[in-house]
Amino acid sequence: MHIIDRRLNPRGKSLVNRQRFLRRARDTVRGAVRDSLTSRKIREIESEGEVSIKTGGINEPTFRRDSHSGNRDHVLPGNRVFRTGDRIKRPPGGSGGGGDEAGTGEGEDEFRFVLSREEFLDLFLEDLELPDLAKRRLTGSDSFDIRRAGYTTSGSPSSLSVPRTMRNAMSRRLALRRPTTAEIEELEKEIARLEAKPRPTEKDRATLDALRERLAVLNRRRTLISYIDPIDLRYRRFEQERRPISQAVIFCLMDVSGSMNEHMKELAKIFFILLYLFVTRCYRHVEIVFIRHTDSAQEVDEETFFYSTETGGTRVSSALEEMLAVVKDRYSPLDWNIYLAQASDGDNFTRDNPQTTALMRNEILPIVQYAAYLEVSNPPSGGVTGEERATNLWQAYSEIGDAGGKFAMRRVHSRKDIYPVFRDLFSRRGVTARTS
Amino acid sequence: MNAPASTLLYSGSDWNFDTLQRIYEACENIAIGELDLNVYPNRIEVITSEQMLDAYASTGMPIFYKHWSFGKQFLANDLLYRKGLRGLAYELVINSDPCISYVMEENSATMQTLVIAHAAFGHNHFFKNNYVFRQWTDAEGILDYLEFARHYIARCEERHGQAEVERVLDSAHALMQQGIHRYPRAAPLNLNAERRREEERRAHEESTYNTLWRTLPNKKPAQRESRDMRQKSLGLPQENVLYFLEKSAPRLRGWQREILRIVRLIAQYFYPQRQTKVMNEGCAVWVHYRILKRLHETGQITEGAYLEFLHSHSNVLYQPTYDSGHYSGHNPYALGFGIMEDIERICRDPSDEDRRWFADFAGCGDPLDVLKDAWANYRDESFIAQFLSPHLIRKWRLFKLDDREKDDEVQVAAIHDEQGYQEIRRTLARHHDVASIDPDIQIVDVDFDSDRKLMLEHNVRDRVLLQREEARQVLQHLADLWGYQVILTEVDATDRKTLNSYAIDPRPGIFY
Repeated sequence: MHIIDRRLNPRGKSLVNRQRFLRRARDTVRGAVRDSLTSRKIREIESEGEVSIKTGGINEPTFRRDSHSGNRDHVLPGNRVFRTGDRIKRPPGGSGGGGDEAGTGEGEDEFRFVLSREEFLDLFLEDLELPDLAKRRLTGSDSFDIRRAGYTTSGSPSSLSVPRTMRNAMSRRLALRRPTTAEIEELEKEIARLEAKPRPTEKDRATLDALRERLAVLNRRRTLISYIDPIDLRYRRFEQERRPISQAVIFCLMDVSGSMNEHMKELAKIFFILLYLFVTRCYRHVEIVFIRHTDSAQEVDEETFFYSTETGGTRVSSALEEMLAVVKDRYSPLDWNIYLAQASDGDNFTRDNPQTTALMRNEILPIVQYAAYLEVSNPPSGGVTGEERATNLWQAYSEIGDAGGKFAMRRVHSRKDIYPVFRDLFSRRGVTARTS
Repeated sequence: MNAPASTLLYSGSDWNFDTLQRIYEACENIAIGELDLNVYPNRIEVITSEQMLDAYASTGMPIFYKHWSFGKQFLANDLLYRKGLRGLAYELVINSDPCISYVMEENSATMQTLVIAHAAFGHNHFFKNNYVFRQWTDAEGILDYLEFARHYIARCEERHGQAEVERVLDSAHALMQQGIHRYPRAAPLNLNAERRREEERRAHEESTYNTLWRTLPNKKPAQRESRDMRQKSLGLPQENVLYFLEKSAPRLRGWQREILRIVRLIAQYFYPQRQTKVMNEGCAVWVHYRILKRLHETGQITEGAYLEFLHSHSNVLYQPTYDSGHYSGHNPYALGFGIMEDIERICRDPSDEDRRWFADFAGCGDPLDVLKDAWANYRDESFIAQFLSPHLIRKWRLFKLDDREKDDEVQVAAIHDEQGYQEIRRTLARHHDVASIDPDIQIVDVDFDSDRKLMLEHNVRDRVLLQREEARQVLQHLADLWGYQVILTEVDATDRKTLNSYAIDPRPGIFY
């Protein structure tokens, strides 16, 4: 008898089959991922998730006997009351008495399973039609930078430092007095001259011998002391360095007045999710603050933020004030990187505009890393699509400009418009990474 | 009893490989020494729960080809397991030589004892001795064959593309249950016998030759005969659809035929397991119960371990009644073990009734002999038909319901009384007959003269038709493989009336 320990065998034997299944069901799964977003919290976007799909393209048909037609009989355990010949009303909805076929029947039109974090993110981002580069940035989990760190004596050929190697070789050659080519050539020339003499004297012959001997010595020395020796080799050394450990806070501001419908809120949610994903790539610790507003603002939890509606007018400055209050209270700009994401349908009291602009420009932009304003609207209904009417808030924010790359504003109708907002953010990343 | 600690195999729930070895030897002493079981050599492999899920997904086999449906299976099990809706099986056992049992690392020492007794001796004995397995499966060759299958399919994927291969597999999987030879075929005739028979025929003709017959006018061969000829040359009617396609489908390519063959042979390998579910589990439970009981009696396991064992033992045997809300058919463990325990009782201490019903072995005093004979020579259907006793029918309070299509009510046809025993036993046995659970579908004719239509017939029993939507999908796969139209007629088995029919054309561009 043998006992074999298989626990250390390679894991994930089913991985290939799993991937094949996901590929086959890709369209349905993507739809399911989209649906599950509404029930997910932003912070949970990075955890694995359960989805359920219809078994349309993935059922495996076999010839099966129908569970409704025909005559059948059942043998069941646990009789307490029946006698032979009793008649019982057929239980509603199928095979009498919950027979043998129950459970193997048609009960399986939904298929539920768990997607891993990578699979979930991948499908989510694919649905937004993100470019591949951006996807990699968002899904990659490494938070290291590569940094030059001097030289080393071993490494891969591609990181060979030629100047450093040659410098070492040269000093070694000098130190060990390796004969130079010029030296040897001179000697050979002298020998050739003496050999060319028609009538060499005794002294010439002696010199010639001495010279030849010396040439032999030099040549041997030259082969022994190589031009470049393995000990001269130097490679550039790189080190992985953790990105600066720091913390960030995202302020999600949203207008929740009656004019924001479900479609708009969904767009806003995707926007917040993307920002969260992006920011978690850059910072070790990320917090989110949700502030909703009508004509007054309050900090709420995520549930309330997305799913409860309020009535009232719209005063954007109230939200900005609330945000400043929270910053002052909990998130000092000295310790925190602050991001602001604001979503609204663009309504605002006209007389509130000057105050909003002033707050944004003078108080908020100086303390945040980046602020993005997203104006959500319904998908354009067919017909004439003229120049869109600039909303109140849009007009107000237009005065601010881009504030040195810190402020971006976009209009979105559908999910795939959202990504371009981040393009600024990504392009800016390259600059800040070097300076930070 | 208080045994000295030194005879204990283990204490507590931890185990290591030495413990396993000791447990195995103790079990072996009882299984081989006392019960005299006849088993394949054993191999025990320790795996993690994740690997167990992997094994689940490929129908329990350690090696299998790749297909998306196994991924689907994996995800489904994975979810149930994570949510705690379903525990994993403690073991998996493979009918091969050597017999491989997988045990999970999470199991406690008692569970490992249970698992070794259950799988490595119970199932193993059954695999090696039962006639269905001996007739249909090749325990020595299966792992090599699966390895071959995996390589072959991987090579096909490289050569013909994954999508192509996947389509063939999808279609083959749909017809998997129609890829089984249910009856052993006659051994192929050998040439000598064939020649001898031919000579006998000629001698008979010569001896009965009469010139008068030549004067009869020549009759044209009837249409009927040509159909018979055709059926004979194609081996029709044929219920093994995959076999027929492999041999006779006009447009399939070589590698596609080979894939059909692989799927067919694997289906055939699993066929005995479906036929003997009740007996196989019953046998394994009976063996582990006996072994653990002996271990306890001889003081090799502690009282606590024995209680732990009894707890999971009785969980396995739980049979809810029909109205309890948990009922989902008969529990094969409970049914099999119940009957086997009852056989033991009848051998040792029969009542008058038992003597009437089981005259041949009641009171014989040697249950092991009777059981071994049953394990070797019966399958579920015949086992239940032979051994389900009135005592058990009363104990489980079995009753039979008749459900006629035209009635609004169901009728209680038999209960656990003198008039009902036979009928209940017969019906329950029939419900465990795979041949009566699966629809009886056969290829009856091919029209090779004109449009190559493939004709199939479903012999409808009790007017239970096929589930329409799925039947249509399966026929679509069949038509794709065949390359021409496929017609399925559902015919009532008793009065030959046509009840329903399907005609499906192949989708262009799937295979051709």
